[in-house]
Amino acid sequence: MSDRLSVLKTYKLYVGGKFPRSESGRVYEVTDAKGKWLANAPLSSRKDARDAVVAARKAFGGWSGATAYNRGQVLYRVAEMLEGRRAQFVHEVADAEGLSKSKAAEQVDAAIDRWVWYAGWTDKIAQVVGGGNPVAGPFFNLSSPEPTGVVAVLAPQESSFLGLVSVLAPVIATGNTAVVVASERSPLPALSLAEVLATSDVPGGVVNVLSGRTAEIAPPLASHQDVNAIDLAGADDVLAKELEIAAADNLKRVLRPQPVDNWSETPGTDRLTAFLETKTVWHPTGSLGASGSSY
Amino acid sequence: MASAFAYAPAPESRSVVDIAPSYGLFIDGEFTEAADGKVFKTVSPATEEVLSEIAQAGEADVDRAVAAARKAFEKWSALPGSERAKYLFRIARIIQERSRELAVLETLDNGKPIKETRDADLPLVAAHFFYYAGWADKLEHAGFGANPRPLGVAGQVIPWNFPLLMLAWKIAPALATGNTVVLKPAETTPLSALFFADICRQAGLPKGVVNILPGYGDTGAALVAHPDVNKVAFTGSTAVGKEIARTVAGTRKKLTLELGGKGANIVFDDAPIDQAVEGIVNGIFFNQGQVCCAGSRLLVQESIHDELLDSLKRRLSTLRLGDPLDKNTDIGAINSAEQLSRITTLVEQGEAEGAERWSPACEIPSSGYWFAPTLFTNVTQAHRIARDEIFGPVLSVLTFRTPDEAVAKANNTPYGLSAGIWTEKGSRILAVANKLRAGVVWSNTFNKFDPTSPFGGYKESGFGREGGRHGLEAYLDV
Repeated sequence: MSDRLSVLKTYKLYVGGKFPRSESGRVYEVTDAKGKWLANAPLSSRKDARDAVVAARKAFGGWSGATAYNRGQVLYRVAEMLEGRRAQFVHEVADAEGLSKSKAAEQVDAAIDRWVWYAGWTDKIAQVVGGGNPVAGPFFNLSSPEPTGVVAVLAPQESSFLGLVSVLAPVIATGNTAVVVASERSPLPALSLAEVLATSDVPGGVVNVLSGRTAEIAPPLASHQDVNAIDLAGADDVLAKELEIAAADNLKRVLRPQPVDNWSETPGTDRLTAFLETKTVWHPTGSLGASGSSY
Repeated sequence: MASAFAYAPAPESRSVVDIAPSYGLFIDGEFTEAADGKVFKTVSPATEEVLSEIAQAGEADVDRAVAAARKAFEKWSALPGSERAKYLFRIARIIQERSRELAVLETLDNGKPIKETRDADLPLVAAHFFYYAGWADKLEHAGFGANPRPLGVAGQVIPWNFPLLMLAWKIAPALATGNTVVLKPAETTPLSALFFADICRQAGLPKGVVNILPGYGDTGAALVAHPDVNKVAFTGSTAVGKEIARTVAGTRKKLTLELGGKGANIVFDDAPIDQAVEGIVNGIFFNQGQVCCAGSRLLVQESIHDELLDSLKRRLSTLRLGDPLDKNTDIGAINSAEQLSRITTLVEQGEAEGAERWSPACEIPSSGYWFAPTLFTNVTQAHRIARDEIFGPVLSVLTFRTPDEAVAKANNTPYGLSAGIWTEKGSRILAVANKLRAGVVWSNTFNKFDPTSPFGGYKESGFGREGGRHGLEAYLDV
């Protein structure tokens, strides 16, 4: 056993349901917390980012049009698949974040449970944030939440897996599609998550994962005219401001970086509602007047 | 055709409103001059008569007003919600009492028909305050947590198309949630906001809770950039909205934007034509089309194009354009010379690009700013009049064959504020409404508003909602 040379994994991007290398042909060295080489990760280019947006846009119609029940089952399936590969992720998170096995296991367990939590939200959020409006007139009037569209997600830099899942799951739970920029220093758990998503009935293009320099990939996403929203969780203050200015060009919805002390705490609905639009539909009801029915 | 029915003039009396020759800024409960003494004139767009001279707020005044609002915030936000509610209920009631006066005032300063200010603007203004008054002591039940907190000082910039209604949309939820406000009305329509200051006085509202700073764009820019403002709310053009989004980037200011639109009004071949025609007319000629959610693109199913256009043209020929104070007037004045020239330029471009222009015979008054109701046929999606917000009484007519084509054309715009659907088939209404990327969808009706109904856009029409429970979120730290 000890003589056997292990098979190393070539980490790749995840775009449109496929696993391409960066079109640029570039990679960068990923090390563990102590500086030991772990793998070479793709160093994504602006073109990779644009390709990912195209894939996310293509997937949006189908994913946003799927039933909420269906999306819930798909998210639950992600948890099922992760559970089976728990050991792998514990190992990767321990390496990436310099955690003990037990601490890393806590992170992975919390991340799996987070998928379950959001799986249950898909068919409940509309009743919580939408509803009928009692307008002063003979009209049916209903407000419903709808997904914003293509969301660029800059994953948290420190919490490479639980943080990533905590920002990604709420985006796709409501029917958005996502282009994720993985933690720059610790991209491997994100790239491995893509392999789980690919085998969890998540349609290709719903989640696209890029690794590389956040400061290189994020600006083309923030200024992209076919991206509807951006979550700046993984940007520092200087980059966040620059990206928010770029995002104003087509009035993207911007979720500014929020201080998060502990990703393990059960989240509220803020991340679900940050990338929802409210649509209000009116229709006359007709009414009974003195002269009889008008319907 | 214009004189098919000759109506005797039926003007609403101006005597119900007393406009002072000059007005100051309203800061910390007092009317005061601008620090640099600057003033500007506000005119009646229907006659070009000068109505009053208004103090013009500069940066020093913005500082003063924000400081007053900051000072007032401590007590106002600490007040029990039930007490804040009563102030807002008072304001709602006083607006109802003074609604005729305010309607005439608004018509004079804005140029819109008295029929609209009397029957739409003012009732909605009062209703909006009455609605949000009731929220003030129920915020813990609104779904934003057990103890949602106000943000602080709200800087609010509003447009000229519904001056008092936009003020109500901004101020009512802000005060209900415990914020204090500095509001900048538009430079062409400052009067009703200044009358509102007097209503605050009558209601006994603590000083500094509401501050009104008339001025131009630079005043608004100074307000939204002010470091001690916690919340920015803007209604206006998409270009300015983007500029504001850049200004607040990198700050903790919460931002909501309600911007432009290019609403599609879709008429299917099974629609009740007469009702649809009324809806089309209401959709684009309400308030002279100076409405962000106007149905400015008419999408007609090809098979009924000719029939619908005949009916529509017949109906347009009966619209009465003229004295906004006349109770029979349908189409009032364009708000300003500047807006009139924007409309004129775009319409000329529409002709130059090959669309076919039509207006009913229509006598234009000799003074004031006017534009005859206009429609364009043979419009393609590439035409500028089908892409740009005209913000005037100009309708672009396009055609489609299938529901999918209608949806594709309706969504083919950077905007996403409103849309209309006309058909007798229920499943088609729901399917099409579902596919439209717009914040408000009116089916078999158009331009309906209510304080309980969230209003706001998708895409470049802005973000955030005004109205309803949703409207509270913009002013809460959630």
